[in-house]
This record gives sequence, structure tokens and C-alpha cells, in this order.
Amino acid sequence: MEILVCIKQVPGTNEVKIDPATGVLNRNGVDSKMNPYDLYALETALRLKEKYGGTVNVISMGPPQAQAIIYEAYAMGADDGALVSDRKFGGSDVLATSYTLSQGITKFRKFDLIICGKQTTDGDTAQVGPEISEYLKIPSVCNVIKIISVNETSIIVEMDMPHHVETLQVDFPCLLTVEKDIFQPRLPSYIKKMASKKQNIQILALLDFDDQDEKKYGLSGSPTQVQRIFPPTIKKDRELWQNSNLVLTDKMFDKIKELKFME
Amino acid sequence: MAKLIVHQEKIGNIQELLALCPFSALEEENGQVKINSACKMCQICVKKGPSGAVEYVTDTVKQIDKTQWQGVAVYVDHVDGVIHPVTYELLGKARELADKINQPVYALFIGSKITTKSHELLHYGVDKAYIYDTPSLEHFKIEPYAAAFEDFIQHIKPTAILVGATTIGRQLAPRIAARFGTGLTADCTVLEISENTDLVQIRPAFGGNIMAQILTPNHRPQIATVRYKVMNIPKREPIETGEIIACPINEAKLRCNVQVLNVVPKEKEKFIDSAEVLIVAGRGVKKQADLEMLKELADLLGGQVAATRPITEAGWLDAKHQVGLSGRTVRPKLIITCGVSGSVQFVAGMNHSDVIMSINKDPKANIFHVANYGLVGDIYDIIPKLIEKIKIAKGVSA
Ligand SMILES: Cc1cc2nc3c(=O)[nH]c(=O)nc-3n(C[C@H](O)[C@H](O)[C@H](O)COP(=O)(O)OP(=O)(O)OC[C@H]3O[C@@H](n4cnc5c(N)ncnc54)[C@H](O)[C@@H]3O)c2cc1C
Ligand SMILES: Nc1ncnc2c1ncn2[C@@H]1O[C@H](COP(=O)(O)O)[C@@H](O)[C@H]1O
Repeated sequence: MEILVCIKQVPGTNEVKIDPATGVLNRNGVDSKMNPYDLYALETALRLKEKYGGTVNVISMGPPQAQAIIYEAYAMGADDGALVSDRKFGGSDVLATSYTLSQGITKFRKFDLIICGKQTTDGDTAQVGPEISEYLKIPSVCNVIKIISVNETSIIVEMDMPHHVETLQVDFPCLLTVEKDIFQPRLPSYIKKMASKKQNIQILALLDFDDQDEKKYGLSGSPTQVQRIFPPTIKKDRELWQNSNLVLTDKMFDKIKELKFME
Repeated sequence: MAKLIVHQEKIGNIQELLALCPFSALEEENGQVKINSACKMCQICVKKGPSGAVEYVTDTVKQIDKTQWQGVAVYVDHVDGVIHPVTYELLGKARELADKINQPVYALFIGSKITTKSHELLHYGVDKAYIYDTPSLEHFKIEPYAAAFEDFIQHIKPTAILVGATTIGRQLAPRIAARFGTGLTADCTVLEISENTDLVQIRPAFGGNIMAQILTPNHRPQIATVRYKVMNIPKREPIETGEIIACPINEAKLRCNVQVLNVVPKEKEKFIDSAEVLIVAGRGVKKQADLEMLKELADLLGGQVAATRPITEAGWLDAKHQVGLSGRTVRPKLIITCGVSGSVQFVAGMNHSDVIMSINKDPKANIFHVANYGLVGDIYDIIPKLIEKIKIAKGVSA
């Protein structure tokens, strides 16, 4: 089974603050790391390989520095990796990101199964995976909490829904997004890390793609536009109610109702 | 192609310009400022940098004809025909938006044996409810649902579509957005509409405490997802208005590579970490049997009971229910502490909760420093009264 895992490099911290006076974003610390949710995706792929054979390859879209997380994936046991990187991809929204990744995937490798993380900690949309599957014209299942079994032509998984769990059989090729905690991600191995130092990473740019129409990438390929950014208005009440227990009960009841916890 | 052009001669202090970029996308190469692929086109460098140093240029794009797209549509989120309440919240919002631009509200209902259930939608200001009801649409499966959705958009051409950010909505909306090559804004917290029918979408962004206002200025339909309980549920009108329209669809379009083998109802969530509502028992609770009243309150609010350390140490509740430094960190939407003093070790595990309500007899208790709503009173009096009130309101026989 050929498995492809989509991994993204994200800022090491989410402590982004916005200066209310100047409107400038401040990021404390510029360190970055692999999107924590993608570790679960990678671990799932490695477990499947251990059980059923095949290869695990990773693909990421980002600036050249994002190669760091591909090396990290090698140290965890990934076989091969590609970085989709081009200045022309800057400013991509969900649609442009998904399209770019789907083009990169097509060029990079054949696959039976693509695994994505549940979401990223910076984009935080959980939408890139499903959009990739649409562009690749393959079925997708999100919120996967368990892999039951794999055969020649399909995989059986459990999908988590709010009030029930569905067991689904999905034909290859397909895309899954997995939940946190599906498996405990392993630590990178020192030996693999040393061995992979010289391992190659394929870099894919616009000129490598089948579709080289610049209008479909980066900001031009992004239907959504950020018009402005602003700090949230934090409305945190702090009230102390001193009254008879009867009045307190009424106030508490009204507040719980107002906050919609009684449906 | 839209891009940023750097005019080196207008820069002045290079380091100051580089520091402006929150994404480290500006870098210096041989004394020249370059923009790398980490650029998110936020244009802060354009707006805040030295005047004219970074210029934003776009090719003129062909404008679409927005009048071809009419109406605000809501995807009816459901499992087995049981409509998720987020649907009604979105219908309320859709009505508001549609009225501003003088356009109709549509509901899109996809499933099997759902036609009889669709009448409920007509109590919430829907002008037209489009129903795709056929046995092959039993259970949510991505391909046939996306096919029916596509059929709807092709025929009806709504300008905007609102989808609940539920397990199903989050799988379906992106699929549709990619199919039509249009924008999707996930988890919007505020939605407005301008006269030219552009949906003004506001959501938290960049993973931090920042809000972004997002437009889809040149694509239709515009698609947004919204979480449950973000919008207000409108009043249910006593009489039905609007009409129900059955939509036939070619079975060949509903072919599918996913099979549902089994559906198992879940046991109620047992971990306090993921509970949306937590009722916390502190030492103000005098004996183990009294936890029952907190349990009852938790059940009524769809939540769970947690405790401070003295309670778990006494063995009244299992250790995995303990909140705090040596217990679990929780971040529920609502936490009600009952007889908890508010020690630093306890507060460290819960101060990021959305809403904190605290009942304590002692007006000087530390917990009141973190509580959004502090009640100086006796839990043994307030909690039973509150339970009664909620039961009456819910129509549960006391
Ligand atoms: C290293 C370390 C780690 C710790 N970790 C944790 C932890 O993870 N979690 C934790 O909870 N604690 C922890 N503790 C213990 C912590 O310091 C406190 O002792 C504990 O949180 C107090 O619990 P309490 O608020 O329930 O009890 P108390 O402090 O005894 O408070 C009881 C409160 O109930 C009020 N009260 C009494 N009767 C009523 C009534 N009828 N109606 C209304 N109010 C009433 C009283 O006014 C009082 O404020 C830790 C301590 C240490 C040293
Ligand atoms: N730039 C990227 N490169 C590779 N994979 C990505 C990228 N962005 C998103 N993904 C994948 O899509 C998932 C969902 O991302 P998001 O929609 O940003 O929350 C992530 O967990 C990744 O698996």
C-alpha cells in the first residue's frame, strides 16, 4: 500500500498578538514545528505500513524552511518526501492551497491512500483535506478514530460523529483525515535521523506542475480575500451577585438560559 | 497575477521593514529586501511600511455577473432526518441577510425519508425548501451528498450558502467549494452582507487572538460554515410559510465508493476534558450522597461532574474527575463551581473556560476573582431550586 501523508509546518507558538494602535501583528518567537495534528496522521500511516507493508511518503507545501519537518518525518520512519514550494504560492487560501497540493501530489507519487491531520494550528480550518480529495476526485472520510482493517481494494475505518460511530468501507484510492489520539505518535529515532541527513527531498515548483496557469495559485487563485484584521473585542463580564438565594437562583437560571445551555 | 513589488530605494531602514512581517516572509539578500513564499499577502508591509516601499499590484480580473446568483441558502444538517438545531440558527441568519438584499431564503435538505420532516423548516422563514429524498441518500456519504448539493447549486444558483460546522458540514462544504472553485470561510462568528451581495465573513484567524474580515468578491456561490450556538435561533412561527419542492436526481449521479457497514450509538462522553459543561464539586459539598444533586444538574445541562482535589482524595469521585494542576486542565463552555474556594492549583486547571459561574458562601473566596458570575450563597439552597426551575422550563416532570 502506498500511503501519502500531508504535513504542514506551523509556528511554534500561537501567541500572536495584535497591536491595537498600529494594527501590526506580533509573533513572539519565530520557531516552527510540524503541525501537531499531522503527527497523528503520520503515525497512522507508519502503523499501516508496519502491518500491511508498502511505503509512507510525505508531502508539504510551504517555504524552503519547511524541509525541516520532512526530515523530522524521515526520522520517524517516512520513506520519501516532497516539498511544494514557490514564491508564486504565497497568499494561498484554502482553495489555492488544496489545488496546489493536489497538483503536487499528482506529480510526486502514486498513492492508494492519503492521510491528513484533523486541522492545522495556524490555518485551523480542517478544510484542506476534503478539498484535496475533491480535486483528486477520490472519496474522503473525515474524523477517523480507528482503522479496522485493510484489504486489496479498500479500507475499513470508524468515523466519529457527535452521537454515534459509523463503520465505513472506503475504496482505494481515498483520503482520510484522522482525529488526534488515533495512535500515540512515536518519537523521532536518533539512528533514522542520522541516516536521513543526506536523504533527498524533492522540491516541486509551479513549473513542475501539469497546470501552470499562474491565475490558479497564490493570491490570484484564492477566491477569499482578507479585507482587514483586528483584535477581538473581549467582553468578559465579571459580576458578583449578593442577594437572597431565591433571587440568586433566578439570576443564575436566566443567565444559563441566555447563554443557551438549556436546549 | 496579484503580487507585491518591493521598491528598494524607498525603504530606508531595512530591519524595521523586515520586523513588520508576522510571518517572516520578508528577508534581506545582499542588501535587498525579498519576499519569500511564507508570504500570506496580509499586506501589513504595504500598509505599515515606509510609504511606497512595498506595492500591491493586481491584474484586472474579469468581474463576474453577480445578478445571476440570487438567494441565501442553508444546508439542512441532520442525521437520519433529525434536524440539527444549528440549521434553525442559520435559517434565522439567512433571513436577516436575505432581507437586506431583498432575496429569498432557501433550504437544501438531502437524505432519505425526509420529506415529511421538511415541514418544520417552513416555520422558520424559508421561502423554498428543496428536497432530495431517495433511498440511496440514506446515511451521509460524501460522494452522493456532494452530487445532490452540486445539482442544487447548478439549478438554483444561490449567492451565498451557509453550512453548520458540524461533522457533516465540515466534510461537505469544502468538497462543494472545491467543485465550484469558490471561496469557503470556516467557522465564521459574524456574518453580514453588503448591497452588492458580498458576504462579509468574520472569523478568528492565524491561530491566534485575531479576527479577520474575509470577502469572496469575485466568486459565487459564497460558502461559509458556522458553529452551533454562534448564531441565535429565531422564533418558531406558528404557521408554515413557503413551499417544499421535490428535486428528482438521476441515480447514476449518486454512485459511491463508500459503504456504511455499521452505525453504533455512542456511550455518553465520560471524560471531563471534552465536556462542554462542567459542574465542579468542592469541599462545600458535605457528603458523598450530595454529589447526586450536582449530577442531576449536570445531566440537565448536558454536562458532567468534576471535583477539586479534596473530593477525589476522599474517594467520592474517581481521580480522573479532578480539575487542576495535579488533575486535568479543562476548557468547557460553561463551568459552575459549587463550594470551591479557588486555590491557585485549582484555578490553573480551569481559568480558560469560556464562562465561569461560582457559588460560594464566602464573599471573600478567591474563586470570585476568576468567576464571570459569582453568587454569594449556599449551594444547598440554590442548586435544588435551580434544578426545579430547569425541569419546569424543560417540561420534565419534577
Ligand atoms: C502541589 C499541589 C497540587 C494541587 N493540585 C490540586 C488540583 O489539581 N486540584 C485541586 O482542586 N486542588 C489541588 N491542590 C489542593 C488545593 O491547594 C486546595 O486545597 C483545593 O483545591 C481546595 O479544594 P476546595 O476548594 O474544594 O476546598 P476548600 O478550600 O476547603 O473550599 C471550600 C469552599 O466551599 C465554601 N462552602 C462551604 N460550604 C458551602 C455551601 N454550603 N455553599 C457554598 N459554599 C460553601 C467555603 O466558603 C470554601 O470557600 C493542590 C495542592 C498542592 C500543594
Ligand atoms: N501547506 C500544507 N502542506 C501540507 N499539508 C497541508 C497544508 N495545509 C494543510 N494541510 C493538510 O490539511 C490538514 C488540514 O489543514 P487546515 O485545513 O489548514 O486545518 C492538515 O492537518 C494537513 O494534513
